[in-house]
Amino acid sequence: MEKGTLRQILLLTDGCSNEGEDPVAIAALAREQGITVNVIGILDDSAMGEKGLKEVEEIAMSGGGVHQVVYTKQLAHTVQMVTRKGMTQTLQGVVNKELQSILGHGQEMEDLPPEKRGQVMEVVDELGETIDLEVCILIDTSASMQRKLTTVEDAILDLSISLNSRIGNNEFSLYAFPGKRKPLDELLDWTPHLKNIHKVFPKLSSGGITPTGPALKGALEAFNQKRSKRRLLHDESYFEESGS
Amino acid sequence: MMNHISKNQAVSIRPGTVITGKWHKKDYQIIKELGYGALGTVYLADSLTGPVAVKFGHDSMAITSEVNVLKHFSKVQGQALGPSLIEMDDWMNGIKTVPFYVMEYIKGEPLFRFLSRRGTEWLGILMIQLLKDLENLHHAGWVFGDLKPDNVLVAGPPPKIRLLDVGGTTLIGRSIKEYTEFFDRGYWGLGDRKAEASYDLFAVAMVMINAAYPQRFEKRSSDPYANLKKAIEQKDLLLPYRNVMLNALKGTYQSAGEMREDLVGSLYKDNKKKKAVQTNQHAVTSRTVRKKNLKQKRSKKYSILETIVLFTFLLAVYVIYLFGQ
Repeated sequence: MEKGTLRQILLLTDGCSNEGEDPVAIAALAREQGITVNVIGILDDSAMGEKGLKEVEEIAMSGGGVHQVVYTKQLAHTVQMVTRKGMTQTLQGVVNKELQSILGHGQEMEDLPPEKRGQVMEVVDELGETIDLEVCILIDTSASMQRKLTTVEDAILDLSISLNSRIGNNEFSLYAFPGKRKPLDELLDWTPHLKNIHKVFPKLSSGGITPTGPALKGALEAFNQKRSKRRLLHDESYFEESGS
Repeated sequence: MMNHISKNQAVSIRPGTVITGKWHKKDYQIIKELGYGALGTVYLADSLTGPVAVKFGHDSMAITSEVNVLKHFSKVQGQALGPSLIEMDDWMNGIKTVPFYVMEYIKGEPLFRFLSRRGTEWLGILMIQLLKDLENLHHAGWVFGDLKPDNVLVAGPPPKIRLLDVGGTTLIGRSIKEYTEFFDRGYWGLGDRKAEASYDLFAVAMVMINAAYPQRFEKRSSDPYANLKKAIEQKDLLLPYRNVMLNALKGTYQSAGEMREDLVGSLYKDNKKKKAVQTNQHAVTSRTVRKKNLKQKRSKKYSILETIVLFTFLLAVYVIYLFGQ
């Protein structure tokens, strides 16, 4: 009955963090909790610094996710591609683990003959289409991102079109960092449809700091709260049933 | 486990290289590059059975997914919906394992090059052919997905449009795997990315728009539909198909057959207009005929003149002869 849920953090940033914990470490923590971290580095005309590029890559690697650096113009297409690719990668990881338990250690999909690989891929494709997905979107709103925010907004709406065309259910939440007083501000609590984000976007204000690490930590908390809330709800329904 | 999505990783293989599959041990000698996409590069190659197309990818998962689609196609008997699959294998090039698959080589010409060479009256006809193929594909339970000029080819003779790259082909009811923004109804805010017949039909209309706007254009204004409508109405090439295209953009058609029928209808309406043009042309030709007649008359005059001159000359000689006596 329970086919599980994929949990992802999608980080959109244009530079390197300069405050708080090491984001690469927090990404590793996320991975330990079964949450994948995908990162999109957004460029404009000037190239992204080498340090920024390296960070984008390292966060994704340590978070078991996918990363991609793009120009603002191609953002929408990339956001959905990275999310999808991240899903497939996680699912394939799960399937690979299953394969190893059947075929023995060191066996991966690439070691299977192409015919068998096709059957495994059909399962992965099917899962990717039907599994439930929770995405926490983290948006860097530091000064240099300001001009790109309209595009970011479009890209996120576009992502919601793509994911809501799937058979499985989706839930999104939206956060911006740096927050007004905290490292992270919640823009939108968990919701199946990203429709009204136009309303939340203009509220964004920018600051000079980029606390990517603390922001990732905040996103992990959002997942944990969701889980405990769900547990609470389940408990309540259980009580009701036993009471009647 | 780390996978980058980067075009820099595209496989590049020098012509003449012989590729041997790890599993099936078949040899393929690379002749030249045919095309280049997000998921890999396609080469023309020589095999024991003749020329084939070989697609090399950097992502085994994506390549396997495509092979799965092609396999299903070969199960649909009779109609050639895409290139037929020959085999899938891995190439160990010494550095890493490159997954590849081998398919039928379809020889042909890019859609827009064909149109500029043979005339734009082919646009409607090729689209009617395309809609027939899409109808078959939809009946088989699939949506083509990433429909764009780069993913079709005009083969022949006789000229026949063929679907080429199945990277975006998706089971009906699922979500579209791969798309190109200009041809995607989600991008234009005119629908979602659920794989259904109307998704492909929207893309057909956009391919036609692209034929009139080779540079394409970006979404402007808050009303993309008005944007597209205006684009259609500004080009003579598209005007005959205006209504059919607008219906496809709005998602009115439930099946490729419906759109095909309307497109055929619009071609006949177009013919009536063409006939009017032809009668004009007829007037032009009769004028040239008359000119020809004039020329002929003139030459007749010349021959009369010639006779008179000759006669006078003979008369003069005769007079001189008489005086001489």
